[in-house]
Amino acid sequence: MTKFQRLARLAAVSAASLALGLTAVSAADPIKIGSVLAVTGPASFLGDPEDKTLKMYVDKINEEGGVLGRPLELIVYDSGGDANKARTFATRLIEDDEVVAIVGGATTGTTMAMVPLVEDAEIPFISLGGAVVIIDPVKEWVFKTPHTDRMACQKIFEDMKANGYTKIGMISGTGGFGKSMRQQCLDVIGDYGIEVVADETYGPSDADMTPQLTKIKNADGVQAVVNPGFGQGPAIVTRNYRQLGIEVPLYQSHGVASKSFIELAGDSANGVRLPAAALLVADKLPDNDPQKAVVVDYKTMYEDQTGEDVSTFGGHAYDGLMILVEAIKKAGSDDPAAIRDAIEATTGFVGTGGEVNMSADDHLGLDVSAFKMLEIQDGDWTIVGGN
Amino acid sequence: MGRLFNHPLAAPALIALIVIACGFGLGSNFYLRVAALVWISALAAIGLNLLMGFAGQVSLGHAGFFGIGAYAVAVGPNVLPVSPLLALVLGIALAAVIAYLVGRPILKLKGHYLAVATLGFGILVYMVLSNESGLTGGPDGMPVSRATLFGWRLKGVDTWYWITGGVLVVGAWVAVNLVRSPTGRALRALHDSEVAARVVGVDVARYKLVAFVVSAVYTALAGGLLALFNGFITPDVAGFMHSIEFVVMVVLGGMGSIVGSLVGAAILIALPQALSAFQEYEHLALGLILMVFMIFLRKGIVPSLVALAGRGR
Repeated sequence: MTKFQRLARLAAVSAASLALGLTAVSAADPIKIGSVLAVTGPASFLGDPEDKTLKMYVDKINEEGGVLGRPLELIVYDSGGDANKARTFATRLIEDDEVVAIVGGATTGTTMAMVPLVEDAEIPFISLGGAVVIIDPVKEWVFKTPHTDRMACQKIFEDMKANGYTKIGMISGTGGFGKSMRQQCLDVIGDYGIEVVADETYGPSDADMTPQLTKIKNADGVQAVVNPGFGQGPAIVTRNYRQLGIEVPLYQSHGVASKSFIELAGDSANGVRLPAAALLVADKLPDNDPQKAVVVDYKTMYEDQTGEDVSTFGGHAYDGLMILVEAIKKAGSDDPAAIRDAIEATTGFVGTGGEVNMSADDHLGLDVSAFKMLEIQDGDWTIVGGN
Repeated sequence: MGRLFNHPLAAPALIALIVIACGFGLGSNFYLRVAALVWISALAAIGLNLLMGFAGQVSLGHAGFFGIGAYAVAVGPNVLPVSPLLALVLGIALAAVIAYLVGRPILKLKGHYLAVATLGFGILVYMVLSNESGLTGGPDGMPVSRATLFGWRLKGVDTWYWITGGVLVVGAWVAVNLVRSPTGRALRALHDSEVAARVVGVDVARYKLVAFVVSAVYTALAGGLLALFNGFITPDVAGFMHSIEFVVMVVLGGMGSIVGSLVGAAILIALPQALSAFQEYEHLALGLILMVFMIFLRKGIVPSLVALAGRGR
């Protein structure tokens, strides 16, 4: 056999095996799911764990035989948190990759840029963005998994009401998170018969909040203080709060529900109360808690595979993917309209965020009970109150 | 061939040909969208090129004007009784006025000092857009109402492809005419040597200001088009990185080359799409490609290639 013949045979064999391989793939046509996430850029603290979670669980589902006997194919694009790029990538997912559903849009801005596209193309879209505007008013093809700021406010006010507080002080950051949550809190506070008697703000890079806290301390009849904020601001507020010797309870938001807050605030953090998702206290949940199994499994798997601490953001991606997978199973097909109807009919789904019961006029499906009220004691989270 | 290159209509005609060819050649909405984004960015890059390539003044804050144009279209119809298209015109006028007011003091600065001053301007616009959340929706952005022209709702990727392509061709044509006018000659004299220009009687301060205002108008127009095209806008469009992207488009494509601005915009918009398969290495590859271009085609892609073609003959 000449060298040329050998080469030709090799080529023929590899072409044949390639063709075989291709037909094998088309026999079990993959179900295509798309995602646009802020994997890099300033919002990567959201996008990165979400990206890892989606990839990890799609692999796991495929190892276990896929959905409807077909493998899932996940296509992730990185928007860098840029709304314009997110929109381009969403167009690409819909037009070019022809996905049947989208899970993603790590931020509210990128989500809102993608919404008109999925509405036009009639593709179900489960957003991982925080703000309530995503699902209020309800959009036919758009769902979301993360809790809203409003629910955090409600959880805090429920706890205050249970303790009999009616006059509170509020100190909020002027960053996007603090500003939005402050407004949400003011919108719902009337429902709880609570009144804000001192309303102060601080800038995102302020290093001392003593003046604002002094004003709150001197305001008449303050029984508790709430601090909507994100990043290092709340840690400084907490330290200043103790330095000024303010005796009334301090409530923080779900925005500081991470170990780094306790590290930053040190001993001052003890006694602070805050609402948080069950994922944060996975191993402290009572065994009869319906979420226990889900959150412990997710936490273990995420921490084993990535070597990083679990975050609630990745949990939102887990919930989004699982709701979608359940919906595809229930719909029995990968037809986008059938999937949409099945997502809307999701009831009793237990995810990391809580129990999800969606309906035609509720595309989030979580209620306030999805939050646990925590208190920091001896530098660690403790579940308190009638959760 | 050489004469063809030098004809005043060569650049706009070439751009028109490219727009028409892509319009019929690109099948899917995704490709049309990417192309429309290229036209929009190219328009802003042509504007910045008038300032950088012809007048020789650097600006690291042009995304600020882009943001002004975009948010004028988004905010305008909410606060004034105007249609989105009229708001676009008002936004461009606003950008021109702001460019005039800002340009007068800061164009007295040179080199790095001018760069820093324009940088500050861009950051200021960004901060206003992201902090005035009552008007602009804050960091999460805001929706833009659809424009109507003679009762016809402007929507759909293909419609906007032709609108943005048409505006780009007109913009390129105006830019070429401007460059060939006495003003253009004065600007080029400025670029080569400010002292020499002053000696031959060019009113240096005035022409710098003209270039600054004209480039702001181009960039604001591009911003307004993006807002209308996307139907949703976030403050990122006015961000520092966006300003840098415009500068890279101009320098990469070739300073002082109108077609170069289109090439620069095409590379910066389309390349990330082509590289998205290598997600983790995307930025690495993008940076490497840009560096290679700048090392081997030092004057920018288009001028260097034209020079090479000229030498080959």
